[in-house]
Amino acid sequence: MALKIIASQCTSCSACEPECPNVAITEKNGTFVINPKKCTECIGHFDSPQCTAVCPVDNTCVIDNSFPRYQPPA
Amino acid sequence: MQATAPHEGIAAGNIANIENVMQEIADHKGCGTTGGSGKASCGSAAGQGDLPTEIWEKVKNHPCYSEEAHHHFARMHVAVAPACNIQCNYCNRKYDCANESRPGVVSEKLTPEQAAKKVLAVASTIPQMTVLGIAGPGDPLANPEKTFKTFELIAKTAPDIKLCLSTNGLALPDHVDTIAGFNVDHVTITINMVDPEIGAKIYPWVFWKHKRYTGVEAAKLLTDRQLQGLEMLTERGILCKVNSVMIPGVNDKHLVEVNKAVKSRGAFLHNIMPLISAPEHGTVFGLTGQRGPTAQELKALQDSCEGEMNMMRHCRQCRADAVGLLGEDRSAEFTTDKIMAMEVNYDIDSRKAYQAKVEDERVAKVAAKQEELETLAGEVSDIKLLVSVATKGSGLINEHFGHAKEFQVYELSTAGAKFVGHRRVDLYCQGGFGDEENLETVIRAINDCHAVFVAKIGGCPKADLQKAGIEPVDQFAHEFIEKSAIAWFKSYLEKVKSGEIEHVERGDAEIRQGALISAA
Repeated sequence: MALKIIASQCTSCSACEPECPNVAITEKNGTFVINPKKCTECIGHFDSPQCTAVCPVDNTCVIDNSFPRYQPPA
Repeated sequence: MQATAPHEGIAAGNIANIENVMQEIADHKGCGTTGGSGKASCGSAAGQGDLPTEIWEKVKNHPCYSEEAHHHFARMHVAVAPACNIQCNYCNRKYDCANESRPGVVSEKLTPEQAAKKVLAVASTIPQMTVLGIAGPGDPLANPEKTFKTFELIAKTAPDIKLCLSTNGLALPDHVDTIAGFNVDHVTITINMVDPEIGAKIYPWVFWKHKRYTGVEAAKLLTDRQLQGLEMLTERGILCKVNSVMIPGVNDKHLVEVNKAVKSRGAFLHNIMPLISAPEHGTVFGLTGQRGPTAQELKALQDSCEGEMNMMRHCRQCRADAVGLLGEDRSAEFTTDKIMAMEVNYDIDSRKAYQAKVEDERVAKVAAKQEELETLAGEVSDIKLLVSVATKGSGLINEHFGHAKEFQVYELSTAGAKFVGHRRVDLYCQGGFGDEENLETVIRAINDCHAVFVAKIGGCPKADLQKAGIEPVDQFAHEFIEKSAIAWFKSYLEKVKSGEIEHVERGDAEIRQGALISAA
């Protein structure tokens, strides 16, 4: 699974982009988006997803339920 | 990856000189004042005054570090740093409006390359623009690559422009050497508390080393990093200004402690600003109804800290993309579309010539003030009062009452005229027709003043001001502010002495919270 950014909430401040350990975040059409194929929810890197921790607007970087939860390699 | 410093030689030179400079900063108690009641703002009275030459050279053309310079020199901010690493209860990152003028708010983000072009365009158009600052809209040091890339480009193309930055301090200790390497000699740190219990009421969280911290733990981390960063900067001879937001009931009394803490760590100037808070800003403080201070509360706190160190009272709490003299904003003339289309001819010599002319003006202004001050010698009176002035800059009474977007406030006593602040007001005059409601707003903003000095004023507002007990004074149109204020004060004292008028204390005034109606 992955996280997603709610576009209507995103201030486009770019804080999340350099924090992502998977380089999964890029700017598109004025806001930032997460590539679900690259996102690992920061599992194996940090205690919590970095985009969520640094985002200035609550409930903007959230779990995207349309993907199965990320399974770290055994 | 962090940008590398291009000025190793200059940095090394700075370090060799540290001990001398530090000693001078430590010895320096006042800031060029001849006033009798505590210290005037920096360099306000007699230019260099008792400032050591190296420090005077650093501040004399910097509108944010010298009250005197802010009448003549302009600054610009470039909004290259959108990301932030902390959350403050007086900030809402979603808010963006061109009509609003307060820190953190910005309309357009720039890349470092666009910013460098913009700086050249503005410097060519406004020769008195001497300072480039990066102040957000996030935190410059939470965007170190963009911030330092911008400095690098500007240092190459416009080497005469002073670089400065304004930070919350969380990441500061990690970047002090890079800052010194870029020859940035002015850094502002916003320090609202040195007690984490108080900090927890101002900062909901900080993001540090891949983790979000909250509550007292977050505030403890922030204050430790801020004070460490301040010490590291002053050790390197970099001038530090500390900004503090005065939040009544939260940190107002505590700011006296903050003042002591930053002074003992070598801060050069302390700028206590009023909280700007209204529900429509969407900030935590705006939504909880946290009020800002009144003009009297702010001045009382600034006065109580003044015995300790230099206080800045001319801060306009400007936007992260502001352009122009403090108190004016010409950013709308320099949007990205416009600057990219501009032919830029950066002529360092004509800039220097213009700045030399300004230097002459300011010498004339100081001389005029000194001369007038001598006529006050021998006067003995306990009377101390405030007057407000409508000005467009250059230290002159040169603005029409109805066109003034702000009034500058001077405190008059037998010690002379001292700048103590400014009041933003809505434009009273819109196309020749005065608006009665706006006039009331103006009166509330300068209600603590005995007189208002203007270049011109209409009959109606004149009568209304008189009714409110504020004397409209237009006889000094286009003359120097301080000289005129002293002359008026002298005649005021004479009238009181002769019994022609009775001196009465004035009430409090309002600090404006709403949006600035952008004016043509």
